[in-house]
Amino acid sequence: MTAPLHEPTAEAAPSAIEEAAAVGGNAKPVQGRSLGRIAWERLKRDRLALTGGAVILALTLIALLAPVISNLVGQDPDAYHEDMIDALFGTPKGSLGGINGDHLLGVEPVNGRDIFARILYGARISLLVGFLSALVAVVLGTVFGILAGFFGGWVDAAISRVMDGLLAFPQLLFIIALVSVMPSDMLGMTGSSVRVFVMILVIGFFGWPYIGRVVRGQTLSLREREYVEAARSLGAGRFHILFKELLPNLVAPIVVYTTMMIPTNILTEAALSFLGVGVKPPTASWGQMLSNAIDYYDSDPTYMVVPGVAIFITVLAFNLFGDGVRDALDPKGSR
Amino acid sequence: MTTQRTSGRRKQALAAAALVAGLLATAACGSSGGGKTSDAGYDAAGNKVVNAGTTKGGTLKFAGTQDGDSWDTTRSYYGFAWNFMRYYSRQLVTYKTEPGKSGAALQPDLATDMGKVSDGGKTYTFTLRDGISWEDGKPITSKDVKYGIERQWAQDVLSGGPVYLKDILDPNGEYQGPYQDESADKLGLKAVETPDDKTIVFHLPQVNSDFPQMLAMPSASPVRQDKDTKSKYGLHPFSSGPYKFESYEPGKSLELVRNTQWKDTSDPVRKAYPDTVSVKFFSNANDMDQRLIAGDYDLDLSQSGMSPQGRQTALKQHKGNLDNPLSGYVRYAVFPQNVKPFDNEHCRKAVIHGADHLSLQTARGGPVAGGDIGTNMLPPTVPGTEGREYDPFALAGADKNGNIAKAKEELIACGKPDGFGTTIAVRNNKPVEVATAQSLQASLKKIGVDAQIDQYDGSQTSGIVGSPSNVEKKGYGIIIDGWAADFPSVQGFGRPLWDSKYILESGNNNYALIKDEAIDELFDAYAKELDEGSKGRIARQINHKVMEGAYYLPFTYEKYLNWRSSRLTNVYMTDAYNGYDFISLGLKSSK
Repeated sequence: MTAPLHEPTAEAAPSAIEEAAAVGGNAKPVQGRSLGRIAWERLKRDRLALTGGAVILALTLIALLAPVISNLVGQDPDAYHEDMIDALFGTPKGSLGGINGDHLLGVEPVNGRDIFARILYGARISLLVGFLSALVAVVLGTVFGILAGFFGGWVDAAISRVMDGLLAFPQLLFIIALVSVMPSDMLGMTGSSVRVFVMILVIGFFGWPYIGRVVRGQTLSLREREYVEAARSLGAGRFHILFKELLPNLVAPIVVYTTMMIPTNILTEAALSFLGVGVKPPTASWGQMLSNAIDYYDSDPTYMVVPGVAIFITVLAFNLFGDGVRDALDPKGSR
Repeated sequence: MTTQRTSGRRKQALAAAALVAGLLATAACGSSGGGKTSDAGYDAAGNKVVNAGTTKGGTLKFAGTQDGDSWDTTRSYYGFAWNFMRYYSRQLVTYKTEPGKSGAALQPDLATDMGKVSDGGKTYTFTLRDGISWEDGKPITSKDVKYGIERQWAQDVLSGGPVYLKDILDPNGEYQGPYQDESADKLGLKAVETPDDKTIVFHLPQVNSDFPQMLAMPSASPVRQDKDTKSKYGLHPFSSGPYKFESYEPGKSLELVRNTQWKDTSDPVRKAYPDTVSVKFFSNANDMDQRLIAGDYDLDLSQSGMSPQGRQTALKQHKGNLDNPLSGYVRYAVFPQNVKPFDNEHCRKAVIHGADHLSLQTARGGPVAGGDIGTNMLPPTVPGTEGREYDPFALAGADKNGNIAKAKEELIACGKPDGFGTTIAVRNNKPVEVATAQSLQASLKKIGVDAQIDQYDGSQTSGIVGSPSNVEKKGYGIIIDGWAADFPSVQGFGRPLWDSKYILESGNNNYALIKDEAIDELFDAYAKELDEGSKGRIARQINHKVMEGAYYLPFTYEKYLNWRSSRLTNVYMTDAYNGYDFISLGLKSSK
């Protein structure tokens, strides 16, 4: 899952050397510190960003290993434990929402499902939607942004207007409306898979203009640089210029925006599940848990705190890491 | 015909006293927490009067989270609105102001007696009392009563209310309604005669033993023709009762003040203790419950139970201010026969046996806030009920956690030994509904039935689950719903659900699409039967036919926790409305 984050940075290294060569200066044999390497060294000094990165890594592992971990603690996320519930109030027996040796984070009110197991499984939905919708947005945004910036003219005008339109579009309302008219089975998927699929597509689709604008702006300035001129005068084709000359230099802003976009997408997924148009029951989702917890904010605060903290930690980790990556890659940033 | 609790139809409980006692005992066992019994005591107003008193004056303060569907007597289908309408409307006959079961019995109101029945039950003649008057002092005449009833025919303008009288008096739809009536006095309905201002005669084309019940609905209230503002009438109904509208802001507040023209000598029912009756609407149920507990308001207008939050605080700290009545609702799952494999009764039985009934009860709120496990489809509030004695699937007995072995046998008999996939349709506006669906989904998984949950917009019920073709298209094999009687009889409860004549293209309530001639004939026989004992026997037969067909999986006979402030006098639950009898409430002090 972390691959998309690291690959571009890794790719940036050789391309940066090429760029240096292209700009004209012969690569000096003294010491070749690539931009990627410089960035990585800066990032290494940023403890907050590293912590964020470590948390992201841990969350990703947790999400991938959710079935294994929940098996280890012996809890099925969908199993009912009604013996844990006080029949009069519908809240968990015992203090702190029924936390005990079996149920590490307590149980849900009414049905007694294990919150720990549901948080693990909920991480899968959050990260899946967060990463994949960001991926959709990055791919679309990069392609359209670079096309708009490079070709200019009517291509730029058309793409820019589309982006303006999308940015003005009420995304949440659109998804709510879409979900209510959507069939419950499509493309061989049923239930929650359909919802997850649609959420990824829609969040990604509405997210691309943010990246698209940045990429377009960068492309506009980069295409006038000397190295592009040089490539052009040497007879390089459009595609060569686009993908070999321009794209590598766009990697930095793209990576920065991606790390910033993932937490936003996770929050959007939580909001959608909160509103009841996210995943379908019984699939666990943090937003849905939070939404259910509202009725018990006083009588069983643990139920609200746990998914809330999970979302908080995840979003904070992504934001810290994203900030660190930006500081490390942004040439104008403080050094 | 919404079936959500708060938007409930009028419900009636005719629970046998023994059964009520049994329920109370269960409730007492379940409430181990205890708490202060500061007031009259827990569940004290269930079947007796709490704080009897005759002090007049003061402001009775209702709080609600939902405004009435309409305050027009013709247009409302909400149970609490029918209860509230007695403040400003009178009927020929109405319910006795007595606690519990006797509160569901009828007594004369505008009429001097219960009507003279002749022509073998086809003609009812009523004489009006002396001294009955409108809020401007003019006397209420039999023509006003007839005009008020005629408004039921104007469904194009005044939709929303019950139309029993229209169906019974004019089954072929010959009358066009008062707004298209070409006669000068707009009283062209032939089935009702008004020979003079004091007499009104009803001619029924066919005998219907529940006719007086239909006259007790607010939709049979008098309306004066010169005060009829048609679709706007609900904003300011013209009062025939002890209170009249002072101000009304829909969704915000409502205030009634005394109608000085009303004379208590003309009204054997209404005591009219408070000087003012006010209603404040809240957008947040938790907020409202806190204000109730704090003593800022006296009772919940919608009589639908406290939110989980308020319930917990109230049970722990103010248990003596709570009652735990039956709501009159049966909560259940129903299996539409036009969705495969639910056309096969064995597959329906598999689901009934496979469900964990105790888990469903917990999902609905447990024995106190949810209700007892329902064992058949005739709730303990309808005459003819056998209550939980009749339990053909052992839902509350041996198999209360489900019987997987029996379910598997039925699956084999159905030709689906490995189970099947289906969809549960559930309204999305109440967490308890979704919790119920999830519980059912979890227990059905154990017998190999893979159920998806589809949450639909609760306000669109009639077009979504009320449309058999849509149900088939969406594959809703299981619909989660609930139902309460419009009036206390098997006809008022079950006819829209089980009679094949009531299957509709849209707004259908016979979700199971039951087409059983035996059931239809039993309903016809019931309508003609005037003997109470025989009526009960027919009700039981209908119930047994429905259960034997395995069209329904009952969850609970719903109960709820109802708040009464310590300021109130003459508090009791009436089975007529399955809530406190609003019209009798007074205040301890006139301040």
